[in-house]
Amino acid sequence: MREALTLNANHALLTRANPLAKFAVVMLMTVVLALSIDWVSASVALAFELLLFPLAGLTVALLWQRGWPLILAAALGGWSTSILAPDTGTVLLDVGIWSISEGSLELGLGFLLRGLAIALPAVLLMSCTDPTDLADALAQKAKLPHRFVLGTLAAMRLVGLMAEEWQTIGMARRARGVGSHGTPAQRLRATLGQSFGLLVQAIRRASRLAVTMEARGFGGAQRTWARESTYSILDVWVVLGGLLIAVAAVWAAVSAGTWNMVFLEQK
Amino acid sequence: MTSSDNVRPAAVTARGWGWRHAGRSQPAVHGLDLDIQPGERVLLLGPSGAGKSTLLHALAGVLGDSDAGAHHEGTPDADDSDETGTLLIDGAPPRAQRGRAGLMQQDPETQVVLSRVGDDVAFGAENLAVPRADIWTRVGEALDDVGLAHLPLDHPTSALSGGQKQRLALAGILAMRPGLLLLDEPTANLDPLGVLEVRDAVGRCLDKTGATLVVVEHRVGVWKDLVDRIVVLQPGSATDSAVLLDGPPDQVLDQARDMLVAAGVWVPGYVPATRARSGAALPGAAGLPGAAGLPGAGLSGAGGPGNGNLLLAAEHLAVSRDRPRRRRFKSIPPVPVQSDITAQVRAGQALTITGPNGSGKSTFALTLAGLLRPVAGTVSATVDLSEGAGIDPYKWKAEQLIARIGTVFQEPEHQFVTGRVLDELMFGPRHLGHGEERVDELLERLRLTKLVDANPYTLSGGEKRRLSVATVLAAHPRVLILDEPTFGQDANTWAELASFLSELLDAGTAVVSVTHDQEFSDVLGGTELKLGAPELKLAGQEPGLRNPEVAAP
Repeated sequence: MREALTLNANHALLTRANPLAKFAVVMLMTVVLALSIDWVSASVALAFELLLFPLAGLTVALLWQRGWPLILAAALGGWSTSILAPDTGTVLLDVGIWSISEGSLELGLGFLLRGLAIALPAVLLMSCTDPTDLADALAQKAKLPHRFVLGTLAAMRLVGLMAEEWQTIGMARRARGVGSHGTPAQRLRATLGQSFGLLVQAIRRASRLAVTMEARGFGGAQRTWARESTYSILDVWVVLGGLLIAVAAVWAAVSAGTWNMVFLEQK
Repeated sequence: MTSSDNVRPAAVTARGWGWRHAGRSQPAVHGLDLDIQPGERVLLLGPSGAGKSTLLHALAGVLGDSDAGAHHEGTPDADDSDETGTLLIDGAPPRAQRGRAGLMQQDPETQVVLSRVGDDVAFGAENLAVPRADIWTRVGEALDDVGLAHLPLDHPTSALSGGQKQRLALAGILAMRPGLLLLDEPTANLDPLGVLEVRDAVGRCLDKTGATLVVVEHRVGVWKDLVDRIVVLQPGSATDSAVLLDGPPDQVLDQARDMLVAAGVWVPGYVPATRARSGAALPGAAGLPGAAGLPGAGLSGAGGPGNGNLLLAAEHLAVSRDRPRRRRFKSIPPVPVQSDITAQVRAGQALTITGPNGSGKSTFALTLAGLLRPVAGTVSATVDLSEGAGIDPYKWKAEQLIARIGTVFQEPEHQFVTGRVLDELMFGPRHLGHGEERVDELLERLRLTKLVDANPYTLSGGEKRRLSVATVLAAHPRVLILDEPTFGQDANTWAELASFLSELLDAGTAVVSVTHDQEFSDVLGGTELKLGAPELKLAGQEPGLRNPEVAAP
């Protein structure tokens, strides 16, 4: 858990790009894909994204490990759309109030692919971006307030620590006779108690960390940066690549006649 | 350019200085008059509550910040903090001079700010707006000074040991080029090796920069030869001066030896008197690997009935804190931190677990205690201990566990489950439905009677430790497992704890302790289990391939 804050010796090409450039591309993809619900634009984008995996040093196993909640959510969204959307075309399956037709299946598939196509760039970004570099870029290039950015970064370190602490508190409480056995109500109470214990420790740690940071001069108006966040020619390629994927996705959907703008649909 | 060129040692002046924390009726420090010359090295002593940490925080310029946030407009009242007199560094208030003083605190985890070594050292210098080119010179120099120059700048800080984290924090402070080093119990949470690492690094840096030092620490022996002055503070009061004694180390230790001993300070050359073990306490038996490893109930001599009976055994045990991972429906066991441990826990006998940092001592103890699942091998309870609950302690229900094996964690706060000392002690017996009559005896024995209504979180360090031991014993377990019970404890708590455990041993309880404290294990006697250096965490390594040095039956 605590290793999650570093890149685990990931030396892939995209790790060297400026986080802000990567972030901009992720935003671009999200906006473009949010415009339309059709399966063509989503699958084109998805195909390109899968091609980027090696460049970000990501494997399918790692993707599942880090992004499974997003993938599950996309699958669930697709499934529920398939069975609940108004039926058009041939009905393929009919179980009481649940029915899947060609039209609703297409819509559901669109949802599934779209969910994935929007989620993947974020997973890609996180897998090839060191949080410290992201903070550097956000504060130096995007000019976000450094107190906010560095405070968040330092707090993220504590999150990993808290995961270990949660385990320790769980054991410490079992050693006091608070078990994870019993009725659901008893278990809920045990979990609440453990959360309270964690909260107390989190606050203590956070206030000590705040003292440490303040004693190191944190919080002044002026500050220099030991590492300059820089753009390189690679970042141009990253942005161009992002634009290319977005344009390709839209163009493919428009040519195939499946492009439907979500916001214009209600006319 | 060396750092000594730019470090200007700081002078400290206090005149009638006092501080009352927000929401408290009594001041933490009152009427402090103190002069510290540039370059002086001062050890600050005194009983808990004398305001040592408050003074350091004030000098670091970090006092009262949380109060400032809660500062209501209008009139000051008892909820606001309150400063009297003056406290100056080089004639100016500490708050106005960021970076003039550098503060190191006790908990290594919160002394690290960022996740890469180089960034963390640079952090302070960045905040002081040092030009970029200079920062990296300073970072390299500071890492060199504290003996961490061999680490790459992008080394993850989470992979450092406690002693290394504290030295990293020192490097981060040095990179700010402060004229005043403030150390607030910098080695209280470290093992003996870590203590020396940090102490020596501080000494080297002071010799090089000539900076002024103020250190607060219970273990006088560690710092005595490094400082040239000891100041003893006493709790603030309206009439007395805050400084009780002030002078060269030898003189102060001579004058105030009895007083310091009474206050629980670890005075050099003084080992607190403890109750000797009856019979079993053969002097020198402790620390000899395998000394009591003979299937020798005979060694234990006198004591309660059944002393020497086997209660708990670990066989070829491999331990890890990580849970098994799942991949494609297969369960992959975690890489053990230590494997092939064999040990026996017997009634009325002590087992001490020692070994270097990261050798899995605590992990082993927690596995033995039925709190972690073994990666390989077994932990088995004899019928004598299990009394029908089954052979594997990990599978016992929580109520079954606490009545058989009690575990005292290193951090007492982790084990507090109620908001009142008495409830805390009654918690176990109430769950078990018996044993409430024992609570009064424990309260009395561990001097907690006056604190029954207090909130456990508000107790002092020593009181918390005594309470955590008492709460676990209230369930009357036959095996008691303690993780670093003497860490950061003053001499008084230490002696009480050691005597109490020696009593328990004679009464037939088995005591297993993870400790670096040789004197403590000498008092308890029994067997020592020495775990080897941590196994390399190589992916794909088979558990049990390596055979660590294990000295146990």
